[in-house]
Amino acid sequence: MISTWWITPLMAGLLLALVAGPLGSFVVWRRMAFFGDTLAHGALLGITLGVLTDINLSLALIIGSVFLALVLLPLEKYARVSADTLLGIVSHSTLAIGLVTLSLAHGIRVDLMGYLFGDLLAVELTDVLWIALAGATMLAIVIWQWRPLLAITVSEELAFIEGYPVQRLKLLLLLMLALMVALSMKVVGILLVSALLIIPPAAARALSYTPKQMALIASLVGMVSVVLGMLASFRWDTPAGPSIVVAATSIFVVLTALNPLIKRT
Amino acid sequence: MNAIKLIQAHDLLLKRQHKTVLHDISLSINKGQIITVIGPNGCGKSTLIRVLLGLEALDSGYVERKPNLRVGYMPQKLSLDERMPLSVWSFLKLSRNVRSKDIRHWLKRLNIESLAQLSVHTLSGGEWQRVLLAKSLLMNPDLLVLDEPVQGVDIQGQLELYNLIPQLRDELGCAILMVSHDLHLVMAATDEVICLNGHICCSGTPDKVSIDPAYLKLFGKETVEAPLVTYTHHHDHEHDHQCGGHHD
Repeated sequence: MISTWWITPLMAGLLLALVAGPLGSFVVWRRMAFFGDTLAHGALLGITLGVLTDINLSLALIIGSVFLALVLLPLEKYARVSADTLLGIVSHSTLAIGLVTLSLAHGIRVDLMGYLFGDLLAVELTDVLWIALAGATMLAIVIWQWRPLLAITVSEELAFIEGYPVQRLKLLLLLMLALMVALSMKVVGILLVSALLIIPPAAARALSYTPKQMALIASLVGMVSVVLGMLASFRWDTPAGPSIVVAATSIFVVLTALNPLIKRT
Repeated sequence: MNAIKLIQAHDLLLKRQHKTVLHDISLSINKGQIITVIGPNGCGKSTLIRVLLGLEALDSGYVERKPNLRVGYMPQKLSLDERMPLSVWSFLKLSRNVRSKDIRHWLKRLNIESLAQLSVHTLSGGEWQRVLLAKSLLMNPDLLVLDEPVQGVDIQGQLELYNLIPQLRDELGCAILMVSHDLHLVMAATDEVICLNGHICCSGTPDKVSIDPAYLKLFGKETVEAPLVTYTHHHDHEHDHQCGGHHD
């Protein structure tokens, strides 16, 4: 009998990569890379609180990163100029506080490495269902609000004058980002979440002529990276999350190096 | 005739880090009117525009806009991130409630049809200004706001653009508010001039303003007589602009 244990993690990885394509493209376009990192690091605090209060960890994770996203929303406005220091402080202090608190919580053993680097093989069917549900919702929203989201990304001021609800759209994007970070945690881990968001769009940039193309190609690059990373992980017994990121980075390097050749033809 | 007021500003006051940028400004913009705001660099022209558009908060005073006022805004500068691949057509397509028919119309009207499929990152300064103008026109505006519309455009292009402005007013039936640093270039194209230096120094028809003592004092007599002085020429004598080092 052929073993089927790999189907669940593969599905989870592919679904995440699919959603990460368009969302990650917005992260790249809006220069929110560091912001995504901060959300991911802060999510550990969510886990800690979840452990301490004994609520469902996935829920705690989502609550944690959504809460942080809401706190940071006013900051994002300034993130390009001076708030990177502040973001850095929030990012690393939440990570540190989370780690310290977890170590102090006696009698509770949490798979810390699993959260930091992801544990794809620990993904269960319910996780996949959650990812599928949330992922489908986010994809639907991104497709439905594609033009407004793109308009506020190109210029918030022009979008405001044209009558787009700029603040609401920004909030929407931020909440989706927080949810995405929370969902990806089990697969690639806190430290590598933003890699999954940023590297595929960066790789896709070389091949694309429109924003839509870039988002689609980013999804494809992400999905190929998931497959390659998992294959590598099985073959050489490397950790799955980092292997996926290494695969994505390799694709990025190859595409960027080939870029002049591609654009010439 | 009772003109329809599109925007009315009352006693505007705006400070930035304890420095007064705008004060005692009241004005109104009527339907079909072309108003030009002139003033030395850094004396609040762009800020005034941004206040009128609601992009900047005031310390006191208020701006009244006609309900459902459609505004087309051409910013002084808009730099797009190269990380987003974007053609001129897709850029224009992002405008709210826009129809492809209208995009084609304005591309043709502004003679930039050939740019449609080009990447926005490859355009020259003048081409990009026209694309931005097209975008502001796509709003089918009641009020068209142009912030230094000729920046980075050669003399020929500047003349063309200033010829175009009254035509656009007639075609759209809109009011036009623009910012310029040079009265002489816009003289023929404007109904009213507002001379700004933190507050309104003087205002009225171009002819009236060009001989107003406040205007002459602000711009210096030589600049007034030689409208196209070069930047180096300015360095031969003391700067008499009193607006300090503020940049907006």
